[in-house]
Amino acid sequence: MKKLLIALMTTVAALSVVATAEAADKLKACWVYTGPIGDFGYSYQHDQGRLQVEKALGDKVETAYLENVSEGPDADRAFERLAREKCKIIFGTSFGFMDAEVKVAKKFPKVMFEHATGYKTGKNLGIYNARFYEGRYVLGQIAAKESKKGLAGYIVSFPIPEVVMGINSFILGAQSVNPDFKVKIVWVNSWFDPGKEADAAKALFDQGADIIVQHTDSTAALQVAEERKLHGFGQSSDMIKFAPNAQLTALTDEWGPYYISRVKAALDGTWKPDNVWLGIKDGAVKLAPFTNMPDDVKAMAEATTKKIAGGWNPFTGPVSKQDGTPWLKDGEVADDGTLLGMNFYVKGIDDKLPQ
Amino acid sequence: MRIELVKRPQRSALFSMLSPFIAFALTIIAGAIMFALLGVNPLDAFNIYFIQPISEVWQLHELAIKAAPLILIAVGLSVCYKANIWNIGAEGQFIFGAIFGSIIPVLFPQFEGPFVIPLMLLLGMIGGALYASIPAFLKTRFSTNEILTSLMLVYVAQLFLDWLVRGPWRDPQGHGFPQTIQFGDWAVLPQLMPDDGRANWGFVFALVAAVAIWLMMSRMLKGFEVRVLGSSPRAGRFAGFGFNRMVFFTFLLSGALAGLAGISEVSGAIGQLQPVISPGYGFTAIIVAFLGRLNPLGIVAAGLVLALTYLGGEAVQTALGISDKVARVFQGMLLFFVLGCDTLIHYRIRLIGLALTNGAAKLEAAPKLEEAR
Repeated sequence: MKKLLIALMTTVAALSVVATAEAADKLKACWVYTGPIGDFGYSYQHDQGRLQVEKALGDKVETAYLENVSEGPDADRAFERLAREKCKIIFGTSFGFMDAEVKVAKKFPKVMFEHATGYKTGKNLGIYNARFYEGRYVLGQIAAKESKKGLAGYIVSFPIPEVVMGINSFILGAQSVNPDFKVKIVWVNSWFDPGKEADAAKALFDQGADIIVQHTDSTAALQVAEERKLHGFGQSSDMIKFAPNAQLTALTDEWGPYYISRVKAALDGTWKPDNVWLGIKDGAVKLAPFTNMPDDVKAMAEATTKKIAGGWNPFTGPVSKQDGTPWLKDGEVADDGTLLGMNFYVKGIDDKLPQ
Repeated sequence: MRIELVKRPQRSALFSMLSPFIAFALTIIAGAIMFALLGVNPLDAFNIYFIQPISEVWQLHELAIKAAPLILIAVGLSVCYKANIWNIGAEGQFIFGAIFGSIIPVLFPQFEGPFVIPLMLLLGMIGGALYASIPAFLKTRFSTNEILTSLMLVYVAQLFLDWLVRGPWRDPQGHGFPQTIQFGDWAVLPQLMPDDGRANWGFVFALVAAVAIWLMMSRMLKGFEVRVLGSSPRAGRFAGFGFNRMVFFTFLLSGALAGLAGISEVSGAIGQLQPVISPGYGFTAIIVAFLGRLNPLGIVAAGLVLALTYLGGEAVQTALGISDKVARVFQGMLLFFVLGCDTLIHYRIRLIGLALTNGAAKLEAAPKLEEAR
């Protein structure tokens, strides 16, 4: 028995030595996701980016990830674990990981950290984000054309600037088509909770909305739209498989090119903490094929997408705040700083921003 | 053929002790099959799952962080369960302890000094005990079923915390995120060895509580009272032990310990209140209590094992790319085998033979024939 045990332990030890020796020459790139990679939305899309890195850089890299990490003490441990497991570059993909990443980045100065959608940086902590609001303007225009009742239901997670600017951009787009367009908002207070998201979609449809928009990660709301024979938009990834008749388009995130460039920089030794905000122009925000809509709506959506890719900003004046006070003068364009700290609604939104 | 459970006239003392070990071994075997089916070398997987997490100092700290609330809660619950009183709502008492303890850092952040932490811990215990007194009161006054009331109060506590951190207690500078302000330096439970890892005093509280409850149960009259009332309420009454007093005692004790776990977790590991502060510690602690055979010292070991399944689950994710569900599968299997083994201590399996079954079938079939005619 004892001999067996010793034999067993030596094998185990030998195995782990081989594993580490193999890994030594490669650069290890790691990801932390807030949801399961099977959400077919936000986390799934980040994981697609990770797979593209593996594909593009082949045997120069190895990757690892932790999924479904809750934003709290478990996040601290997740980043610490990856840093200790010899990850050279670590991407945290949710706003709520910010403080955990800041803490761990200080503790491991030689590891490169990147945080998506946050605002705190450090000597070895860069931030990256996508201009989702650009796509949301196009969604707003489509919604205003396609909704018969002039009322959209909007399912949202947390009242952080990114979400608020999405709502604003959406309503600005919708108002450019139908000035009286209205939106009803439901906060589900979670990024990924299919049950709550589906309930919110049902409630919004019951209250008269006939089109649904979401800033949450699952396919649940769109599936409700499919059941009710109404329309909606996919979020983060193309969800057409889940709602072939309901999805008008999807606001998709393409992280692959960015991840590849960052991991390459880490390999070359040229990595520096960055602060980038990528949009339609950079290919980081994409709209899935326009489906289930007439040709004229499709043409309008394509034209607007092109216009934004050409450098036009949806937050171009004149725009008033919710209470009617002017915000942007005619032709004035909102600066990035204001957008990133956005905590107010624009005119035409019938909801009170949770304070 | 039919399987029947027949009560054993006597239960084996040896196997009562061995049962958790057998259960653990069975879990390992079933786990090996699972890993093999996933296409991973089981030896590799077990090395990463069970050995690596305890071979590095920082991971031992993480283990202590995870185990501390489990042990604290389970130790309290063990007293309840020994007395045959079923507090299922430790999760809610955990949350209320956290809320009560957070009153100081959230509402009076300017109050600083060495008294802050002891006061917070005390408030946490009071909060947990108060919340546990509700099902105790309902049981003694209205004879309600404490399993139901304590369980349902968990959801009340979760929603109350949710409301607090979204509403009155929300950090005004938190970008709308539902969380309170970060606790000040004086309100953070100190770490044991900050140079090596993050483990805080919560783990020490857990060990102290386990030893104290063990002494109480094995050496003091109160422990005897608990055991007598638990195994035979009638005999307890003859001995002059009050059942209602016992209900309150066990609920308040387990509630206070759960509350202490709650405030320790929030103050030591999280540093602020947020909508979710526990990944189900209050429920996992029930598994821990039974895995530890309701013995406080056994519970310490069981708490460490359960904590290991969490850490190991993360380790196999990064090392082997296996889904995060593996940890839950392991915990489920462990509980299943523990309960299975325990059942077999009290009962033995009897296979009812084929012949007898046929005979019974004929007997049953006869009236049907009658009806058919």
